[in-house]
Amino acid sequence: MSIPFILFFACALLAVIGAVLLIAAREPIHSALALILVMVSLAVLYLLLGAEFIAAVQIIVYAGAIMVLFVFVIMLLNMGVEERTDFSKLAKFAGLPLGFFLLLWMAHWLAHSPAGKVVGTGGPAPAGAFPTVELSKQLFRPYLLPFEATSILILIAILGAMVLARKEE
Amino acid sequence: MSAVPVSWYLVLSAVLFGLGVIAFVFKRNVITIFMSIELMLNAVNLAFVAFARAHNGLDGLVFVFFVIVVAAAEAAVGLGIIILLARNRESLNVERVNLLKF
Repeated sequence: MSIPFILFFACALLAVIGAVLLIAAREPIHSALALILVMVSLAVLYLLLGAEFIAAVQIIVYAGAIMVLFVFVIMLLNMGVEERTDFSKLAKFAGLPLGFFLLLWMAHWLAHSPAGKVVGTGGPAPAGAFPTVELSKQLFRPYLLPFEATSILILIAILGAMVLARKEE
Repeated sequence: MSAVPVSWYLVLSAVLFGLGVIAFVFKRNVITIFMSIELMLNAVNLAFVAFARAHNGLDGLVFVFFVIVVAAAEAAVGLGIIILLARNRESLNVERVNLLKF
């Protein structure tokens, strides 16, 4: 067992535990904290894969900005614990098994996909497998138009959020 | 020192996506349902990075970048809608939002 393996298993375990806690928690704030746990452990996995920039963006934008927004809204609304409704028979006897089946089927399919096999024997991930310089070159040359489109998208989203959340006079 | 096989990352991504789907179907709180969508997006991002590593190309990372940007925009609009919903219905339970339900 080398360090990457130990790191991978620790972070994978933390991520799965966080996802299960998200489902199990009744308070929305607990779900939010569980999701932050998932995001931070995924950031470590990105580092392990050699994608430093994505790991930094994951922490700053996802765990930082988006989850702060979630926690802020949960605090603002303060609606208390989730009401449990008993599931319909269809959900209990068809939904849950089908959900687990989907999960296992996807895991099985991905584990045996040709792409996974090809790289299963790939060399160790170097520290700078994906240099940020190359990523920015990629982003500002072939992907310039979508990049600029996202700025308009964010502008529209901000305006939309303001219009939606504003109090009517 | 050998690296972790990429297919393991893909399995983890599939498991997280499946848990996100289960959370999406079974949670009753609008905010938690919204968070489970974020969980699914995160799982897909992990698959993207793993495939980028597999093919040694940067396009996967660019896609992850765009997914994160769109998720940020989605969170802003979605939480605005949730605030509006909570103000009108005085509850975050999705079962109360049944005006268009047949």
